[in-house]
Amino acid sequence: MKRFVLLVVCLWLPVVLFGGEGTEARLTRLAGELRCLVCQNETLADSRAELAEDLRREIRSRIEAGHSDQEIRSFLTERYGDFILYRPPLAPRTAPLWFGPFLIGAIGFVALVRSVKNRSRVCRGGL
Amino acid sequence: MRAALPLAVFGALLLFLAAGLRRDPRLIPSPLIGHPAPLFDLPRLDRPGKRFSPVEMRGRVWLLNTWASWCVSCRQEHVTLVELARSKHIPIYGLNYKDDRANALEWLERWGNPYVLSVEDADGRVGIDYGVYGVPETYLIDKEGVIRYKQIGPLTRDVIDQTILPMAAELN
Repeated sequence: MKRFVLLVVCLWLPVVLFGGEGTEARLTRLAGELRCLVCQNETLADSRAELAEDLRREIRSRIEAGHSDQEIRSFLTERYGDFILYRPPLAPRTAPLWFGPFLIGAIGFVALVRSVKNRSRVCRGGL
Repeated sequence: MRAALPLAVFGALLLFLAAGLRRDPRLIPSPLIGHPAPLFDLPRLDRPGKRFSPVEMRGRVWLLNTWASWCVSCRQEHVTLVELARSKHIPIYGLNYKDDRANALEWLERWGNPYVLSVEDADGRVGIDYGVYGVPETYLIDKEGVIRYKQIGPLTRDVIDQTILPMAAELN
């Protein structure tokens, strides 16, 4: 038992000490959530467009300079707007975008329930 | 009467689609409108020893036009720019984006030079600061150095007459 615990600790320790996201992994993660503005159906991570290469280089140097994820995203949205993010920010102006579908769905559901209830009432009354 | 609600919803949907689907997703509105034009200090294309910064333009209304010798749409726009430059209504400064100096100079030589001067943004870093994602793009900058308008794609005579010149006149 003791040896097993020791083994587990030995395996875990390097991960805890030296693991964590490397620069390239972080770049891939961040760039994977950003839109390539040239080839708009691709992410910055995947796109081969020159602008995408330039922006990846820019992001990489900011990662290496120690900027946070949010700082890097802000850097890009300040220059390119929210459209560069695949996830629209949650803000008062984007509330209709985020909650609209649920609201419409709820309205539709209520309308459905009421129309079903009405129908059953009519059926029962008829001959 | 029962059909009124679904019909209304459908009508609303049509309105949204009509408004939304006609927009061109390639035209990304710039968040820099109303914000100070990013500062830079770049070498001049014609005189590499000399440099230019937008700070020098304080007190004047001007156009910053991104262009490159490899850019096909720039050829399209160029005639309009040369014409505009000749009319002397508003000074045009060029941001030569990710280009080769020799090619750029030759391009101006061949097709005409509407620019007071051009600066070299060889690695496109200044372009990123301006939110450039394609060429050509043109910025109208006011006397305080604030970006007032951005044209994505080639400038046309219509845009110049209906938007750029009236705005410039107002800003002056």
